[in-house]
Amino acid sequence: MSRVPLEKKVLTENDRLAAELRAHFSEQGILCLNLISSPGAGKTTLLERTLEGFPKAERVAVLTGDIQTDNDARRLMRFGFPVRQITTAGACHLDARMVERALSEWRLDELELLFIENVGNLVCPASYDLGEAAKIVVLSVTEGEDKPLKYPAIFFRAELLVLSKTDLLPHVPFNTANARDNALRIHPGLEILEVSAMTGAGLEGWRRWLEERRRAARRTPTVRLEPR
Amino acid sequence: MHELSIANSILEAAQAEAARRPGARLRKVGVRIGELAGVDPDALSFCFDALVSGTELAPLALEIETRPRRQLCPACGRRFRVVDFNVVCPDCGAAETRCVSGDELEMVYLELDET
Repeated sequence: MSRVPLEKKVLTENDRLAAELRAHFSEQGILCLNLISSPGAGKTTLLERTLEGFPKAERVAVLTGDIQTDNDARRLMRFGFPVRQITTAGACHLDARMVERALSEWRLDELELLFIENVGNLVCPASYDLGEAAKIVVLSVTEGEDKPLKYPAIFFRAELLVLSKTDLLPHVPFNTANARDNALRIHPGLEILEVSAMTGAGLEGWRRWLEERRRAARRTPTVRLEPR
Repeated sequence: MHELSIANSILEAAQAEAARRPGARLRKVGVRIGELAGVDPDALSFCFDALVSGTELAPLALEIETRPRRQLCPACGRRFRVVDFNVVCPDCGAAETRCVSGDELEMVYLELDET
């Protein structure tokens, strides 16, 4: 019996594909964002409000993942921007290969902003890199304030927490300060925005966040520093 | 329940590595999982066994080493294990500490019978 040391990541193949996607996005100056939440937290509605606010000429597109149905794609297509549904047929998360396949029919040089709406699930999508510039976790105020503690992986890996459905705060026992505190215990320094897609409260902050990230993505040099 | 896909990735990586050693037979795979990785060790073991059982790979064992979250305090240099989500430095009280381990999802070793 011999033992071979093997220091490598389990998801090497996914990570390799994700790194290729990330290099493509960076070369084309595309900001790619991966939205993750439990089912029903309001990812699609947030994207609807976001697309609605863009001028017609905006170079934005959406990939939306679900286990079944193209309902979300149909909701998002109404705004005139390219939208593709990825139906995972049972898989609880998107992986880099699904994203690569879905993008193959699009001309990436016509894009500046790509939203990937992951399958509604706070656990599995956290493990799969899709080549995004940032993961965004959406937590609605109808959920528990302790979700960051129960699902630490995604709150640890996300760069932004969007607290959604804040218009419902008068009707639910959700304590925003507790939720923030829990998220910051898992991820000190995590950026947090409070948004209501229904009333529009907080959407300005969300748009500003997007704009800042887009500016940074355009500035990123396309020179590859690491050898290929 | 992405443990099945993860178990499958572990098997693929282990088989690819074993294929580089003609005649070798896989006996055991060692992996390391941090508590922030979002992977349940029991579910992973269950899925791994389900994939292996009844195939030519059996018997093949999976050993899972779990890793707690550890933080580094940039102010005083103390490394500490996080208990009850508390990331404040136990020595100097600094609130801004950096995570240095606990999100691993790694292959650590293979055990092979070489003939």
